[in-house]
Amino acid sequence: MSAITSPARQASSGMHARTINRVIIYGLLALFAIFYLMPLFVMLVTSFKTMDEIQNGNMLSLPHAPTFAPWVKAWSEVCSGLTCVGMKGYFWNSIKMVVPAVLISTLLGALNGYVLTKWRFRGHTLVFAMMLFACFIPFQSVLLPMATILGSLGRFGVTLQNATGFNFGLGNSTVNLVFVHVVYGLGFTTLFFRNYYEAFPTELIKAAQVDGASFFQIFRRIMLPNSLPIIVVTVIYQFTNIWNDFLFASAYAGSGDVMPMTVALNNVVNTSTGVVEYNVNMAAAMIAALPTLIVYVVAGRYFVRGLMAGAVKG
Amino acid sequence: MAFLEIDGLKKRFGNVEILKGINVELEKGGFLVLVGPSGCGKSTLLNTIAGLENITEGQIRVEGRAINDLHPSKRDIAMVFQSYALYPNMTVAGNIAFGMEMRGVPAAERQAAIDKVAKILQIGHLLQRKPSQLSGGQRQRVAMGRALVRDPKLFLFDEPLSNLDAKLRVDMRIEIKRLHATTGTTIVYVTHDQIEAMTLATKIAVMRDGEVQQFGTPAEIYNNPTNIFVADFMGSPAMNLIPAKIDANGSGLSVVLDREARQPIVLPMPGAPAGLSAFKDKQVIFGVRPEALTDPEGAERNGSEIATADCHIEVVEPAGSDTFAVTNLGGKGVVARLRADARIQPGTSTPLAFNLSKAVFFDPATEKRIL
Repeated sequence: MSAITSPARQASSGMHARTINRVIIYGLLALFAIFYLMPLFVMLVTSFKTMDEIQNGNMLSLPHAPTFAPWVKAWSEVCSGLTCVGMKGYFWNSIKMVVPAVLISTLLGALNGYVLTKWRFRGHTLVFAMMLFACFIPFQSVLLPMATILGSLGRFGVTLQNATGFNFGLGNSTVNLVFVHVVYGLGFTTLFFRNYYEAFPTELIKAAQVDGASFFQIFRRIMLPNSLPIIVVTVIYQFTNIWNDFLFASAYAGSGDVMPMTVALNNVVNTSTGVVEYNVNMAAAMIAALPTLIVYVVAGRYFVRGLMAGAVKG
Repeated sequence: MAFLEIDGLKKRFGNVEILKGINVELEKGGFLVLVGPSGCGKSTLLNTIAGLENITEGQIRVEGRAINDLHPSKRDIAMVFQSYALYPNMTVAGNIAFGMEMRGVPAAERQAAIDKVAKILQIGHLLQRKPSQLSGGQRQRVAMGRALVRDPKLFLFDEPLSNLDAKLRVDMRIEIKRLHATTGTTIVYVTHDQIEAMTLATKIAVMRDGEVQQFGTPAEIYNNPTNIFVADFMGSPAMNLIPAKIDANGSGLSVVLDREARQPIVLPMPGAPAGLSAFKDKQVIFGVRPEALTDPEGAERNGSEIATADCHIEVVEPAGSDTFAVTNLGGKGVVARLRADARIQPGTSTPLAFNLSKAVFFDPATEKRIL
C-alpha cells in the first residue's frame, strides 16, 4: 500500500473528526445547560403542584393538575415568622429599595466617570484607584462601621425631627439600605462608566464647550444620550446585586415589616407550622427571583453588547 | 493693528514648554495656516486660541481685545475638529443648531439659520439624518455648517481634511478656499500637509518644537526659507539640500559639488548673496528646488543664471505631468524635475540646468539661511 493517502480520503477523515468534535462540544454544552437549568425547572414545576403530588410523585415530573394556589398563598398569605400576610409587602420593600439605589448609584457612577475622564484634575488616577479599591472590600468588613454610621444618621434624623418636624428619611430602614447600596455600588458603577468614557471622543466635549454648553449640559445632552450600552450594563449589574443582597438587608433591616424580599424569603422557608409547604416556598422563591430574571431577559442582549463595548477602542 | 494678534504666547505642562513664545498676527479676512510635523505644538496653539487650553504667558487678542481668559463659548469663535466631533445622538439639524440652542436663540431663528447654512453647503437633504448615516465628505460639510451657522469672528480648523481620502481631500480643499473667498471670514487652520498650507493660506506659520520657524506669505516661505527645516518641510518633492564648498575664482564665487568617482561640478555664482563670501573655502548647504534643476530645454531661457552640468542619472520616475530624475551630488540623492517628454535613461549621463537665481544657501552649523 502506498504511504500517501489520497487527498479525498484525507478530507473525508478530516470531516469525520470534525463531526465527532462538534458532537462532543455540543453534547457537553447541552449537559452543562441542563445541569444549570435543573434547579429552576424543579422550582417552577414544584410551585405549580399540590402538596399531595409533591409527597407522592416524582420531583422532575410535570404537574398533573397545575394550580396557582401556592403562588397566591405565597403572595398574600404565607407566614414570615408570626405575621401571615404573604410576600407582597416585602416585595414592595425590595422595589422601594432597589429602584432609588440603582438610579442614584448609576447616575453618580456616570458623573464620576465623566469627571475622571473628561475633566481631569491633579491626582485623578489616585482617586480612581481608591474608588476601584472599594470594589474589593469584602461586605462583611464594612458591616460594623456602617452600622455605626447608620446609627449616627438615625440620631441625626431624630435631632432633625425635633428641630424641624421632619427627619428627611434619616433612620428609615429602606433609606439606610439605599444609602448602603449606593455607597457600596459606587466603586463598580464608576469603574464601568470611567472605562466606557475613556474611549469616548474628547473632541465631542471640546466641540460642545465651543458651542457654549456647560458642565452639566454636556453631561446631560452629550454624554448620557451616548451611554446607553453602559447604562444597561450598570443597571443590570446593580439591580441584580442589590435585589439579591441578603447580608446588608438582614443586618440593617432584618426584622419587622421593613424586611426586603431576600430576608423575608429566608424567614418564610425557616417558619415551620407542621408540614413544610414546598410548593409555597418554591413559589415565594420564584417571586423573589422574577424581577432579576425579567431584567436579564429584557436587557440581556445589551448586557453582552455592553461588555464588549469599550473592550476594543473604536 | 491686526485682527488676530498672538503675542509672546507660552504654554507649559509642568516643566515641559510646549509653546515657546509664539508671535503671530493675521489681518481681517486672512487665512493663517499653522503647519509643522506632528508634535510641533500647532494643535496646542489652536486649542489655546479656542480657549480649550490655558496659556502660561502672553496674550491672544482679537480686534485689540484680549480673549485669553474668556471661556471658549464667549470668544466668538467656531471650530471644526479633525474627527468632525458631530454629536452622534442628534440629527444634522440638531448638530448645527446646538450652539444656538445653548445660547437660547428662539426656535424660528434657529430654523432660518439652519436653512441658510444648509443652502450654502448643499446639505438640505441631510438635515434629518444622524451623523452615522453620513459619508465622510458629508460629515465634513456638516461640521463646517456647525461652524458657519454661528457667524463667528474667527474660524478654527484642526486638520479638517486628514480623515478624508485623497480625492475628496482635494475637493474639500477647493471648497474651503471657495468658502473663504465668498464669506470673507478670518480663518486659522492647522495641518501637517504642506500642500494644503501652500494652496489655502494667505499667511503661513511653519512650526517646530513649539517655535515658529518662519512666518510669512506662501511665496516667501517657499522661495525664501529662513532655515534648513523650512526649506526641507515645504514643497513636494522636498528641496534638494546638497553639501557644497564655496570657491573663490578671481572675479566671483562658485559652488563646488562633489561627486562620487567623477569630477566635481563647479557652478559659477555671479549673483551670490553677500553673506556667502564669508564662507570662502568652507562647507555650506546648497539648496535647490527640483523645479530649478531641470533639462536644458525646459529651463527658463531668459534666466540670467543658468548653469549646465552633466549628471549621472540613477533613477527616473515618470509622474505623468513631469518626470523626476534622481542623481547623486555631494553624497546625496538629488531630485530634478524634467518635462514629461524629456528623453532620459537611467544609468546615463545627461546635462541638467541649475537655475542659480532660485538657489539658496544655508550655514551647516546654524542651519540658518546665508543672506
